Amino acid sequence: MTRKKVLLGLATGLFLATSAAFAAASLNGAGATFPYPLYSKWIDVYAKATGVKINYQSIGSGGGIQQLKAKTVDFAGSDAPLSDAEQKEMPAKVLHIPTVFGAVAVAYNLPFARLYLDQPTLAGIFLGEIKNWSDPKIKALNKGITLPNKPILVAHRSDGSGTTYIFTDYLTAISPTWAKKAGKGKSVNWPVGQGGKGNEGVAALVKGNEGAIGYVELAYALKNGLRVMHLQNKAGAYLPPTLAGTTAAASGRLAALKKDIRASLVNADGKTAYPIVGATYLMVYQTQAKGETATELVKFLKWAITSGQAYAKDLLYAPLPADLVAINQKTIATIVQK
Amino acid sequence: MRALHPGQPWPPTRTDRLFRMLIWSFAAGLLVLCALILWVLVSHSWPALQRFGPSFLWQTTWDPVAEQFGALPFIYGTLLTAAIALAVSVPLSLGAAIFLAELAPTWLRTPFSFVIELLAAIPSIIYGLWGLFVLVPLLKPVQAFLIEHCSWIPLFRGSPYGTGNLAAGLILAIMITPIITAISRDVILAVPRAIREAAYALGATRWETIRGPVLHYGRAGILGAVLLALGRALGETMAVTMVIGNSTKISASLFDPGYTMASLLANEFTEAVGETYVSVLLEIGLILFVLTIVVNALARLLLWKVTRDAGEAMKE
Amino acid sequence: MRQVRRRQWRSRLMLAGASLCALLCAVPVMAVLLYVTIKGIGSVNWDFFTQIQKPVGEAGGGMKHALVGSLIVVGGASLVGLPVGLAGGIYLAEFGEGRFAAAVRFAADTINGVPSIVAGLVIWPLVVVPMRSFSAIAGSLALAIIMIPLVMRTTEEMLRLVPRSQRDAALAVGATRARTTLSVVLPAAVGGVVTGTLLALARIAGETAPLLFTCLGNQWFSLRLDHPIATLPVQIYTYAIAPFDDWHRQAWAGALVLVSGTLLVNVLARVATRRRHDFTR
Repeated sequence: MTRKKVLLGLATGLFLATSAAFAAASLNGAGATFPYPLYSKWIDVYAKATGVKINYQSIGSGGGIQQLKAKTVDFAGSDAPLSDAEQKEMPAKVLHIPTVFGAVAVAYNLPFARLYLDQPTLAGIFLGEIKNWSDPKIKALNKGITLPNKPILVAHRSDGSGTTYIFTDYLTAISPTWAKKAGKGKSVNWPVGQGGKGNEGVAALVKGNEGAIGYVELAYALKNGLRVMHLQNKAGAYLPPTLAGTTAAASGRLAALKKDIRASLVNADGKTAYPIVGATYLMVYQTQAKGETATELVKFLKWAITSGQAYAKDLLYAPLPADLVAINQKTIATIVQK
Repeated sequence: MRALHPGQPWPPTRTDRLFRMLIWSFAAGLLVLCALILWVLVSHSWPALQRFGPSFLWQTTWDPVAEQFGALPFIYGTLLTAAIALAVSVPLSLGAAIFLAELAPTWLRTPFSFVIELLAAIPSIIYGLWGLFVLVPLLKPVQAFLIEHCSWIPLFRGSPYGTGNLAAGLILAIMITPIITAISRDVILAVPRAIREAAYALGATRWETIRGPVLHYGRAGILGAVLLALGRALGETMAVTMVIGNSTKISASLFDPGYTMASLLANEFTEAVGETYVSVLLEIGLILFVLTIVVNALARLLLWKVTRDAGEAMKE
Repeated sequence: MRQVRRRQWRSRLMLAGASLCALLCAVPVMAVLLYVTIKGIGSVNWDFFTQIQKPVGEAGGGMKHALVGSLIVVGGASLVGLPVGLAGGIYLAEFGEGRFAAAVRFAADTINGVPSIVAGLVIWPLVVVPMRSFSAIAGSLALAIIMIPLVMRTTEEMLRLVPRSQRDAALAVGATRARTTLSVVLPAAVGGVVTGTLLALARIAGETAPLLFTCLGNQWFSLRLDHPIATLPVQIYTYAIAPFDDWHRQAWAGALVLVSGTLLVNVLARVATRRRHDFTR
């Protein structure tokens, strides 16, 4: 009995002592896993500069939005914007602030350094209509290469992800058949193939099976030495995924973004624009309950879209073009305290 | 004279009554917890339950974009992988438990037990990564061989990609082996010496003693261990997801990709947005919950029948 | 005579088979442990235990915050889960004959089969949403949900194996039922009960899914029980899914430390509870 009391006393003491001694993180956020490496860098740098400790955890975009809805976090991260219907389910108006861009690379496992695919052929492969690498459609695009008679193994993400959202957004944009059969989403009904969990799951399927094709985020493809497809963009040029091509795509869609910040970025205009590109967003309520939170949030968001952009390239994210920074500034200025 | 056996009248000491009340309340707490879980699952999946009705159970399409949902591929995959896991793990674990309890020299017994128990602590993502990078490549040549020579059996058709139902079942088997082994070992060790000696005295060999009286004495404990393991196999998420291939096509082949309910939750829950979608995923959780109840009930029925038959045979 | 010899051979054969089973069980076990060790050992260093996480590309950095966080969260879960599990198990073993006990037993096995993410989902609306914050407490409670049925069922099975004669002896010399249970039956089965407890502890120490929606995770060192807190499995998971090699190395180191920590607890618990007359050893 006494032992229990002592333990209880100790626990209470510890609780009180630590509550006083450690200033807790002043802002909490949760959501998308894709920007986590960058956000954790930002938070580290920001804390050194201002002394403000922010906490962001990568529990998934959907998880972040659920938490924002329940108001257990101050901000959410998401790779896909809220649709109008989803916005209606939220308790108050949510602002979207795109922070950086990412590209999706199509990786393959065949012993050729360069392969080219145009839009219908890429869609055909992921629809299961083109089943073999020796298909005449692929051959026609890759003259001078003897493509093997090998079945194509399609590898896709099994977990819901922003990467899948961007990729299927693109397939929907370029192929009416895909739009009808599967559509765009963070998880879709895949016509063919195997699902791997996460980028590493897809990469393992691709690396482990000759003749496999799959999509991963650009950073993952580059860091893991996967061979990536040259894809045809809207202007007709064939491009490998690069950071420059990603920012170019964002610039190419500026008019649409000005109208609606949630606009899709895939299949953008411009000769140098890589076609499969998307933004990752921070989401906050326009009306904040607590003044302190509102002030801290605004300060951090402003920092992130200006000074923070300098850290993007090293971690293989494409920074915001100047025009978008301006749009974001305006959005952030509308945050008010209740 | 005090009552000596469970089930007989309780001696009326105050301490005892208090003691019993206290531990009763903890046991009752578990019932409350179970009800709580059920309530959370039902209330969260209510929109889906209303919208899709019972046909959810036998629909086979899973299309979050078109909001068409069916649970059958996941129910099938869950049962299939758990069955593979048990089929592989139970005999091996029991053998290992017998070895540890009866045969192993003392110097080997303790470290071996430690190692087995350690396995329970490895986070399932680590099992998943190990499965993906070590087990799956090892399975490929085996599968290729079986596909070439035994493809007249439907179990062995498909492509030798390594990932699929078999890989998932095997990784589960590895994960549940420590549970069955550790508990069964303790159960076997706890069988009173008198029982063994009686068997030896009747001329039974060592194996006959183990197979007969020892396992018989411990059968409830061993079944308990198997049920715990089965629970883990049914509910395992991350490790299975990484190696099962995650395809909603139902296939009898061990080599084809499949999908389980728990891995569906792991894959899509954290990214789901929108009331219908989230509630459908929780309905999957609810079905898994009910499935666990059904499987447990069946196992209990089996045990009850075995005990009754044995009781009649022996007339204790 | 011939039949006897045949039975003898059969016995030997089957026992050899059992040993083979043990070997077959040991192989993947060793393979996984070896894999974790090889992958992790290179990155376990002093910094790992004394630093908190650093961004990608910066040298050093460790998991101090997650280590301490895991200790707090798992400790909290044990404070709740062990007493409830043990008491429930004692009830089931000593008084568990009726329908009520059957229901409890059934409930325990059912909860045990629920995917662990559900434990987080149960705690989330009850603790996290009302508090408007993720917290170490919420994480502990979610882990306790997983721990209780495991401890309860193993405790019950082990107590049941203590022969009735031991209880009878204690009762016959005038001990109360409570005393008999706590001073005779429980100590007699301590080895088995410890096994169950350790399995449960090991299991919850490695859980990721129930923590995501309860204690969330934290980039910073925190000891506050009412705030988000980092834990090893969540940290390992976060690092493992990022595309960067230095984080992957840290993830493996984290796994190795987690496993070694469990080993340490295992050994300590075994030493502390070693009894000469332990019935289940």
